[in-house]
Amino acid sequence: MVTHTQLDPLTLSERVRRHVVTMVYEAQSGHIGGSLSATDIMSVLYTRILRVDPQRPDWADRDRFILSKGHCTPVQYATLAEMGYFPVEELRTFRKKGTRLQGHSILGKPPGVENSAGALGMGLSFGLGIALGRDFRGQDFHVYVLMGDGEQNEGQVWEAAMAVANYNLERIVAIVDRNHIQNDDFTANQMAIDPIDEKYRAFGWTVRSGIDGHNLKDVEEALTWARDHRGGPACLVFETVKGKGVSIFENNPGFHGAAPNAEQYAQAMRELGGEG
Amino acid sequence: MTMTAPASAATREALGPTLIRLVQEGMDIAVVDADLGKSTTAQKFRAEYPERFFELGAAEQNMMSVAAGLSTMGFTVFASTFAVFAEHAYDQLRMSIAQPNLNVKVVVSHGGVSVGEDGASAQSVEDIALFSSLVPFRVLVPADLAETVACLEVAARTPGPFMIRTGRSKVSAIYPDGSHFQLGKASRLREGSDVTIIAIGLMVERALAAASTLASEGIEARVLNMASVRPLDTAALEAAAGETGAIVVAEEHLTHSGLGAMCAQHLVMHRPVPMEFVGVQNRYGESGTSNELLEIMGLTPEGIVAATKRVLTRKG
Repeated sequence: MVTHTQLDPLTLSERVRRHVVTMVYEAQSGHIGGSLSATDIMSVLYTRILRVDPQRPDWADRDRFILSKGHCTPVQYATLAEMGYFPVEELRTFRKKGTRLQGHSILGKPPGVENSAGALGMGLSFGLGIALGRDFRGQDFHVYVLMGDGEQNEGQVWEAAMAVANYNLERIVAIVDRNHIQNDDFTANQMAIDPIDEKYRAFGWTVRSGIDGHNLKDVEEALTWARDHRGGPACLVFETVKGKGVSIFENNPGFHGAAPNAEQYAQAMRELGGEG
Repeated sequence: MTMTAPASAATREALGPTLIRLVQEGMDIAVVDADLGKSTTAQKFRAEYPERFFELGAAEQNMMSVAAGLSTMGFTVFASTFAVFAEHAYDQLRMSIAQPNLNVKVVVSHGGVSVGEDGASAQSVEDIALFSSLVPFRVLVPADLAETVACLEVAARTPGPFMIRTGRSKVSAIYPDGSHFQLGKASRLREGSDVTIIAIGLMVERALAAASTLASEGIEARVLNMASVRPLDTAALEAAAGETGAIVVAEEHLTHSGLGAMCAQHLVMHRPVPMEFVGVQNRYGESGTSNELLEIMGLTPEGIVAATKRVLTRKG
């Protein structure tokens, strides 16, 4: 496996959390909750799992990470910057005029962003297209697609889940960030999406669910299993906490897409061990 | 594989054989399909190159995003379905393909009301408007089989997204086999100085028939085939306005949002002249034969003749 970082997942996740909160605070817009719920998954992926080289973002044999829940750009940009894809200082331009760090993902902007996203439900299909092309070319990289739990409402997710299983593809991993909150409210109040794991199983995937998405050891163990799984596609459903790491954001539907005020920002940074 | 254009053939028949030839010529093409490969003729490609063909079932949204992902692996990707079902995947066309400007060619067959018996749900009267609203998309509406072959080849060899609209019903051959198509260039099929008839798709042969009728009455109509809807041949458009002083646009599409509207927008800024629009007038289709539907909608040589006479009464 090739990763090119001295960072460990814990250090990366701590830095990324502070970046996420600061980026959204300074932009006074952006999605904190779903970024913080995915931070530990992302940190393990980039430090322990993905075969990537931040100096060669176009390397043909790199693993592809597809952020399907494209509103969670704060965690993606912060992770990519800390990994060395672009300068950390650029994070301050998030959502500002002229920035490469657009509110929702744009393919190639900044380097390391593999897909355009923002409208939910398309990432698994996009990853499927990459995986089909990869197998035709005889390449062996992995495709990882990170989706939200609210995103599982989208019909296209299930079109893609069916098609991935139809081709019995290997080295494609669907990751669900099960943080139990979507745009308007708790997922349970919006749509009956459970059981997510049984749905993917019924579609032909091998699934591991109930994994603590904030226990870095468990996350690494699960992602390693998924990476090494053969014989068909693998799905991981991580149990996470929306807004993880900041008490006033945690499990709070009010912080899906809202920015903190100065007082909330100061408290958040204190809780995250940074200056506030 | 070479295609010999039958005197009368449906433009949809160009797809499979043309893509087979392009792969034979060394192009790195992948084809995605949503359970309509028999009708779009993509299945012919599957028979020849099964490893380059990806069946995705009746799931157009997934198909369009898969096409986008495939294109990032270096393929020139062709996605085909009926025009109305491509509309089903509009956000995928927009976000997965158009916004990142990926190399996907969307071939929509069964365009327009000439689909016939299947009725309103199967008849796309808005597809040109929708695809023309996807910023980087080039939109091509060829008039016959030979031109469709040429359009497919130009699309395949030009980076970025394209939409090519083909039809289900047979149309007469207008161009000889092996004809070339130039992006952004209208083709002048008849000279005339009294009025210009601009047409696309199956309306081109109807425009030529209308021009013959008009000639017998002493009216000389220029006929332009504007197969390249986007980019539009604005030079030909302005020349037509300047040299003939009146324009009729004929298309198998809603008049308020199709080629006519785009031509009018350009001309009103640069060379305003009286115009008339032959097309679908703010309605949906219905069941009937292809010809019956075209008659119901006024998409006939007679309809073009009448519109031409109307516009001439307003010509300065």
